[in-house]
Amino acid sequence: MKRLASVASFLALAALALLGGCGEPEFSDAEKKTIASLALNTLPSLKPDTTNQYGDVPAAAALGSTLFFDGGMSRDGTVSCSTCHKIDRQFQDDLPQAVGVGHTNRRTMPLAGVARDPWFFWDGRRDSLWAQALTPLENPLEQAGNRAAFAHYIKKRFGERYERIFGPLPDLSTVPANASPLGTDAEKAAWNAMPVGQQDDVNRVYANIGKAIAAFERSIEPGQTRFDRFAIDLATGAKPEEDAAFSPEEILGLKLFIGKANCVTCHNGPRFTDNAFHNTGVPPVDRLPADRGRVDAVAQVEADPFNCFGKFRDGDESACRELRFMVKNGPQITRAYKTPSLRGAADRPPYMHAGQFSTLDEVIAHYSKAPLAVEGVSEVHPLDLSERERSALVAFLKTLSD
Amino acid sequence: MASIWRYILAGLGLAALLAGIVAGVYLMLPQSAPGPDLSRSKKTANGLFVASFEPERGAVRQGELQSWLLTLKTAAGAPVEGAAITISGGMPQHDHGLPTSPQATDYLGNGRYRIDGVKFTMSGWWQLHFGISAAAGSDSVVFNIVL
Repeated sequence: MKRLASVASFLALAALALLGGCGEPEFSDAEKKTIASLALNTLPSLKPDTTNQYGDVPAAAALGSTLFFDGGMSRDGTVSCSTCHKIDRQFQDDLPQAVGVGHTNRRTMPLAGVARDPWFFWDGRRDSLWAQALTPLENPLEQAGNRAAFAHYIKKRFGERYERIFGPLPDLSTVPANASPLGTDAEKAAWNAMPVGQQDDVNRVYANIGKAIAAFERSIEPGQTRFDRFAIDLATGAKPEEDAAFSPEEILGLKLFIGKANCVTCHNGPRFTDNAFHNTGVPPVDRLPADRGRVDAVAQVEADPFNCFGKFRDGDESACRELRFMVKNGPQITRAYKTPSLRGAADRPPYMHAGQFSTLDEVIAHYSKAPLAVEGVSEVHPLDLSERERSALVAFLKTLSD
Repeated sequence: MASIWRYILAGLGLAALLAGIVAGVYLMLPQSAPGPDLSRSKKTANGLFVASFEPERGAVRQGELQSWLLTLKTAAGAPVEGAAITISGGMPQHDHGLPTSPQATDYLGNGRYRIDGVKFTMSGWWQLHFGISAAAGSDSVVFNIVL
């Protein structure tokens, strides 16, 4: 009986499809469920970051925003966070590799929804937004500063604002002008000559700079797109109107994205990312230094004094489960990089961790062909997509930018 | 008039034929392949223990770090205390391992062990392998989880 009923309903559906004519989007219940899970309205509200007690303090976010755009936060006074994270360009820079004081080896990541990441940078070498914000400040190729100089700069330029948020600044009168455990030989020597208590004082000011910048960055969230309007209409059964209506090509692209092309395996949830690291066989760039992705980042995040286990964390250690349970070795993390969000991706070529591909067509051609990885094992298998299918995927991805 | 009836009759005949073909094809479709064994409670490979594996708090949520409970009993039903537990796993269809390294973090009494740091980052078929060493000996068990 049940089978007869299914045959009947199948026939009824087939008849309806014939009668209904072409152009109507048709998705299975499973497809509809997947599409609904990608829509922005399923994004939960941002949870507090218990490791940063200033994360939702408006004055901290305001100071963080000042620092984010301040070229004074660099060795030569010209490079700020916003040099690469450009506010009118989705907080990225359109370059294959970021250029600060020097030329780096990685593509600048956009910032929408960044506060929701468990790991930061392409390889996850930092485990909190505030620890991330500190890293470019001292990277000789990015802002190229040193923490002693930053502490002096904060006291001179923003002392009053700082103290209203974080309490009294320490006595910096005997702190060298330039000192850092990561700097030049002279800066390292100056740092090592400082008493431990003074190092802690400077590290505390430095950590608070990161916490203020992170408080600002928490406000940067993804916006609604054509895809989201389409998905909401599909879920509620409303007929998508005006720009929420998808063309047949966009519908095909969406079906491929959540079906045959397997994109949604990793690009899942309302941010189109699983927040994990994968080797997808993306080739290295010849003239850049060797880059092994996640496998080399594990030791870096473990050694970072500003990581979740470190003494500059607010709150308790229960916030550190990502770090505690991270995968530390094994073939799967070699040349593995973080799955980027695809929201807005169509408007920000080039693509991949070192800007290897200049168009979405190249990206999709790569996944369709699935070349072997130069090191480690690519998780991607050949798809052999037709030209029409590849164009449809691009058309769908553009609906995440409109 | 007659010709209209003829067309309608022919149409009905064609529709019936189509329906027959569709029904035939549908009936001949292979039955959906049996999926992996999804039971949350089972005997370990060599029958030394009975293991149960459940999320500690309600449902499985994709993309979240969750804690699960592994409950170990002997074949006779006595709780297994002081077990050393190792955990591995992955997605058999994707040739990759787990995105986290779950660990047995606490013994909660009555044969119950907290397995923390479990995260399923994508939908599909996941496997968790447990190696269990206790006074009764060493054994292993695999649980399948489909999201």
